[in-house]
Amino acid sequence: MTARRINLRVNGQTVEAEVEVRVSLADFLRGSLGLTGTHLGCEHGVCGACTLIVDQRPVRSCLMLAVQADGSEVETVEGLGTLEALSPLQQAFSDHHALQCGFCTPGMLMTLEAYLRDHPAPTREQVREVLSGHLCRCTGYQGIVDAALQAARTRRTGA
Amino acid sequence: MKPSAFAYHDPRNSDDLMALLAKLDNAKLLAGGQSLMPMLNLRLVAPDHLIDINRIPDLAGIRLSAERVEVGAMTRQADLLASSDLASVAPVFGQALAYVGHLQTRSRGTIGGSCCHLDPAELPALCALLDAEFDVIGPNGARFVAAGDWFQGYLQSALGEREILRAIRWRPWSRGHGHGFHEYARRHGDFAVAGAAALLEFAADRSIFRAAIVLFGVEPSPVRLAQVERALLGRKLDDDALAAAAEEARSLDAMGDVHVSAAYRRHIAGVVTRRALADAGRSAEFAA
Repeated sequence: MTARRINLRVNGQTVEAEVEVRVSLADFLRGSLGLTGTHLGCEHGVCGACTLIVDQRPVRSCLMLAVQADGSEVETVEGLGTLEALSPLQQAFSDHHALQCGFCTPGMLMTLEAYLRDHPAPTREQVREVLSGHLCRCTGYQGIVDAALQAARTRRTGA
Repeated sequence: MKPSAFAYHDPRNSDDLMALLAKLDNAKLLAGGQSLMPMLNLRLVAPDHLIDINRIPDLAGIRLSAERVEVGAMTRQADLLASSDLASVAPVFGQALAYVGHLQTRSRGTIGGSCCHLDPAELPALCALLDAEFDVIGPNGARFVAAGDWFQGYLQSALGEREILRAIRWRPWSRGHGHGFHEYARRHGDFAVAGAAALLEFAADRSIFRAAIVLFGVEPSPVRLAQVERALLGRKLDDDALAAAAEEARSLDAMGDVHVSAAYRRHIAGVVTRRALADAGRSAEFAA
C-alpha cells in the first residue's frame, strides 16, 4: 500500500504513473514529470510558491498528495504561455516588473489565473487580499498588483 | 517527499470508513489537509495509517430546513463562502471566512477539519457562537456533542480516537438578526491575536431579545461571554452596554506567546468585542 497507480490530466495531457503515497503533488510534478516550473518554498502551506490549479481551484500543491489528484485536472505554470507567446498575465508581469528573482512568480500566476477566471474585474483591494496568500521578498508587491489589474483589463477587452 | 511512511486508505463510503477506523491503530483522518499536511511534512505527526476522507461524497454539503442548518464536515471553506443558502441564514460566516487562511487554503480546507484540529480559529468559534451540535459516529454508535462539551482545550476536541465528525448543525437565528465579526492579526490570514463574533435579535421596542458573543484566540478554546449575554437582555445596545461587554472580554484568562503579551491580547479582546457587538446592532433589521 505504499505505491499507487494514478491517472490525471496535467495541462491537458493525460498522465498515468505509479507514485509512492506519501509524495506530494508538487514533488510528483517536479520529480516524476519534470515540470519544475512549480516551485517549493516552505512546504507547509504558508509561502504560496507551489500554488497551482486543481479542478479549477487554486491550491497549495505541497499540502496535497499526488494520489489525491487521481482523476483530477491539474494546471501548472507550464500550461500558461510559451517563451515566444506569453499569456496576458505573464506579459503583464513582465511589463510591470512584477518579478525579480522569480521564485514566487509561478504560484502568483496560478492563483491570479484561477481568480481572474471567476472575477474578471477585481478591485485593487481584492487583488491585494488574494495575493496575501503569497510571499515575495524582492518586489514589494506594488508591481504585482498593477500587473494583475492590467491582465484583468487585457482579458476583458481581448487587447 | 517530507512525511514519514504511512499506509494510505481512501474509502469511498461511510461503511468502509467505519470498518477501517475500527480496525486500524495509530490512524489519522485526512480532511482538507491544510493543517495535517504541514504537520506531516514537519513530522510533528507520524501515523501508521492515513485515512483520506475526501472521496466520501455524503460527508459534504449544506442542508437547510426551517428548524435546522446542517453542514457536512467535509464541506470546503470555499464552498461555505460561496453558499447563498448559508449567507441567508448565518451571514456571519461570510464575514468570518474572509479571515480563514487564504483563497488557496480555503479551496481545500473544511469546516469539519477546522473543528476537529481546533487551532484557536474562526470556524470553531462560530460553532460555539451558534450553540452548534457535533454529529459524531463511532464503533459505539452515533451521538451528538454540544458545543459546550466539544472544546476540551488547545487542539483538543471531544472526538474519540475511532470516531468521525459527520456534520455540524444548529437552529438558525431569525431572519434579519444582527451579526458582527472582528479580528486582529499581524498579517492577513495569520491566526488572530484576538477575534470576536456577535449575534443579536431585537424586540419591537428595540430592546435586545437574544444575544450571543464569542471570543477566540484569547484562551485556548473559544469563550462565550455568557454573563454579558444575559445582562444585555431587555436593554438597548447603548455605550454602557458596549463598555460592559468590552470590560468582560478584557477580564479573560488571555494567553501570552512569542507574538504578543497576555495584557496586549486582553486589550485587543476588548476592542474586537466592542466592534463586533456594535456591528451586530447596526446590521440587525428592525420590524417596521
